Amino acid sequence: MSGVSVTKDAGDAGDAVPASGDLVVLSCVNKHFGALHVLQDIDLTIARGEVVVVIGPSGSGKSTLCRTINRLETIDSGAITIDGKALPQEGRELARLRADVGMVFQSFNLFAHKTVLENVTLGQLKVRKTDKKTAEEKARALLDRVGVGSQADKYPAQLSGGQQQRVAIARALAMDPKVMLFDEPTSALDPEMINEVLEVMQQLARDGMTMVVVTHEMGFARSAANRVVFMADGRIVEEATPDEFFNNPRSDRAKDFLSKILHH
Amino acid sequence: MFDFLDSGQYDLLGAFWVTVQLTLYSAIGSLIWGTLLVGMRVSPVPLMRSFGTGYVNVVRNTPLTIIVIGCSLGLSQTLGINLGADNFKDIGFRLAVLGLTAYTGTFVCEALRSGINTVPVGQAEAARALGLSFTQVLRLIVLPQAFRSAVTPLANVLIALTKNTTVAAAIGVGEAALLMKEMVENEAQALFTVFGVFAFGFIVLTLPTGLLLGWVSKRVAVKR
Repeated sequence: MSGVSVTKDAGDAGDAVPASGDLVVLSCVNKHFGALHVLQDIDLTIARGEVVVVIGPSGSGKSTLCRTINRLETIDSGAITIDGKALPQEGRELARLRADVGMVFQSFNLFAHKTVLENVTLGQLKVRKTDKKTAEEKARALLDRVGVGSQADKYPAQLSGGQQQRVAIARALAMDPKVMLFDEPTSALDPEMINEVLEVMQQLARDGMTMVVVTHEMGFARSAANRVVFMADGRIVEEATPDEFFNNPRSDRAKDFLSKILHH
Repeated sequence: MFDFLDSGQYDLLGAFWVTVQLTLYSAIGSLIWGTLLVGMRVSPVPLMRSFGTGYVNVVRNTPLTIIVIGCSLGLSQTLGINLGADNFKDIGFRLAVLGLTAYTGTFVCEALRSGINTVPVGQAEAARALGLSFTQVLRLIVLPQAFRSAVTPLANVLIALTKNTTVAAAIGVGEAALLMKEMVENEAQALFTVFGVFAFGFIVLTLPTGLLLGWVSKRVAVKR
């Protein structure tokens, strides 16, 4: 299935060529919420350096899929491996693995009682055991990179949504993750703030970060994705390159979905 | 009207000082014990969760008098556990602190649990996603925010604790209520004055507590 992945020829695509090896592998994953079968026999392989965008209607299971990858949601059956290692049970092992998987949430989830700088240094200090000076230098560099360096000493509530989400990206990057998960990162943002977050994500994609992005931003999917995964009713209905998917969707479900979002 | 106070027969300030000490030691003890209890109540380990829940529900619903007298008659006099003290005064004081802590800890636990419920789930999820362990998530992210929103209910617990120290009179600890009992017997003609003096003494202790902590709760509130 990873054979579908195609290099995106966007600008300096040199780094974006998926390196050899599969980083995240989901095989035959099933999950129920009560009677609702939210993930049905999901098989998905994400190669190193690949940017996979997951789209689909609400309730199709795409957020749940994203959250199973770092086990914020448990699965009922199937297997998930990250960099060759199976997801362990809750505990020290799982915490270690989560540290290598960056996550960005729809509602930002910055630590409300800590400053922006503290948000970005916390994981380095407490999980990576970096010394304080190094952690702060790195945090400031990352905050500059996402364009909120001047906000370092403020509290999250003093920032706009777009700024908060960029801090959240910096917080995840501070752990030097192998893969970044984005769970609808722009869905809670005012329209004029969406682009500032998408630009940071575009840059990350260009730098060769492995990314799984659940989003409704079709523009981002077109321009940054190596592969689009279309989900509906708990299943992966279609997987293709963005060009293929948006111009020639194969399944009726995808055609229907695209006709609703692209023409109005 | 207040002339019996000048007789030098009664050490009013000394008695209230014991009340203050009982309150302080028990407050520190129950803050620690209550925090541990709430940690157990929200822990992922079923055994700890059921211990926390069971303990809180049993102890919270047991009259404090029974707990304090149980500490004295049961622990000290029957089992010989005197908490390292060797004279009657210290033994009684330490047992009272133990009983008050065991009891008040359950209320601290529940106040903190209500505080934890004000912390959005996403905060803990983000912390777990960074690779923090359960205890780190609790210690660094959840509890600091829970404490800030639990200041007002914790102030209630502290005020109740201050007044509950009077139960220590039942095991002979020389705090305010024991002195009042003595004065009521000796100064029956000034009964209402005696009541008034002690009521005033407790208000002096508790009113500033409530006002101060009300101010603190506004200062430390987490902005979202």
